[in-house]
Amino acid sequence: MSGQTQRLNVVPTVTMLGVMKARLVGATRGHALLKKKSDALTVQFRAILKKIVAAKESMGEAMRASSFSLAEAKYVAGDGVRHVVLQSVRSASLRVRSHQENVAGVKLPKFTHFVDPAAGSAGPSNASPSLTGLARGGQQVAACRAAHVKAIEVLVELASLQTSFLTLDEAIKTTNRRVNALENVVKPRLENTISYIKGELDELEREDFFRLKKIQGYKKREIERQMAAAKQFAEEQLAEEVALKRGISLGAATNMLVAVVEIISCDAGAPESHLFIEWRRFCFRR
Amino acid sequence: MAGRPSIPTNSSALIAIIADEDTVTGFLLAGVGNVDLRKKTNYLIVDNKTTVKQIEDAFKEFTTREDIAIVLISQYVANMIRFLVDSYNRPVPAILEIPSKDHPYDPAHDSVLSRVKYLFSAESVASDRR
Repeated sequence: MSGQTQRLNVVPTVTMLGVMKARLVGATRGHALLKKKSDALTVQFRAILKKIVAAKESMGEAMRASSFSLAEAKYVAGDGVRHVVLQSVRSASLRVRSHQENVAGVKLPKFTHFVDPAAGSAGPSNASPSLTGLARGGQQVAACRAAHVKAIEVLVELASLQTSFLTLDEAIKTTNRRVNALENVVKPRLENTISYIKGELDELEREDFFRLKKIQGYKKREIERQMAAAKQFAEEQLAEEVALKRGISLGAATNMLVAVVEIISCDAGAPESHLFIEWRRFCFRR
Repeated sequence: MAGRPSIPTNSSALIAIIADEDTVTGFLLAGVGNVDLRKKTNYLIVDNKTTVKQIEDAFKEFTTREDIAIVLISQYVANMIRFLVDSYNRPVPAILEIPSKDHPYDPAHDSVLSRVKYLFSAESVASDRR
């Protein structure tokens, strides 16, 4: 969990710092939004959970009622009734319509049952009940049919609840995974990257400062050296001039000049150049 | 969502049934039965002569057909092909286990209801604690 593994591989520049900061802001906002989504889904999920349990209970009731009514119908109309029913199947009149419902961006399927009048009138499916109970037990057959339609109603509702349950379950898992990924992986990584870039930029600044200082010192020394060289050159030239003018050796002239400079430095009050000119005049007069 | 299968919006879908003869008869009487031009039915009557292979094939066919939105399956039939029912995880068509006349309904076996019960009990315990 060192800084190396927990940060992005980026060039530490000011631009990158800006980009990373923007990404961190985005990640934070996304995290908040996803958390809200997860909460909304959980609320929906709990509501569906309660409904499913209630619907399962009513399903038991409905199925029992339909079984009883079927037994009654068979008793009255005879066992042969089922062959008639099985033989007369053509086209479904009781159908299911499915559509989507959007809960916090998750599409939940919803089923609603409806009676298709076209299929009923076209095929003998709708006519079969009346024919089935023609000889005897028509009332029981009709009751049985009504009971089963009621059962289908409950079952369709339950099916849509169950499908919503599965879809929501999956969606909640995905959302929670994303929330956790943002919170525990993406955000720390971005924060680490930002602190890394900041540290690196500070380091660069310090290096720059040091380098400037170094260059300044170097330049100062260079100027001093040049000044010293110029001074020495001037002295030598002066000594040469004196030697030529007075006809003494170069060494003697230098010694004389040094002595003069000592005299000048002893006389602290008067300006140097003034004394130097005086001395030169004195030399020429002699 | 890339991984999630899309939910088709169908204005007119069928209900398929895999159950014993009485249950199927009842629902056919209600008008859910459908026979298409190729004599393909949307129901399977399971009696003692029906093999597990037939049930498996019917289940697979019903769950892959596009015009079927809900598959009703008797719980004792679902128990025969439990591995198929449990491994099925698409939202549409929805699989619904229904009680049958001869076999009492056991909520513990229902793949969805067991999860519901688990979550529900966990939740009610949590709400009690609060």
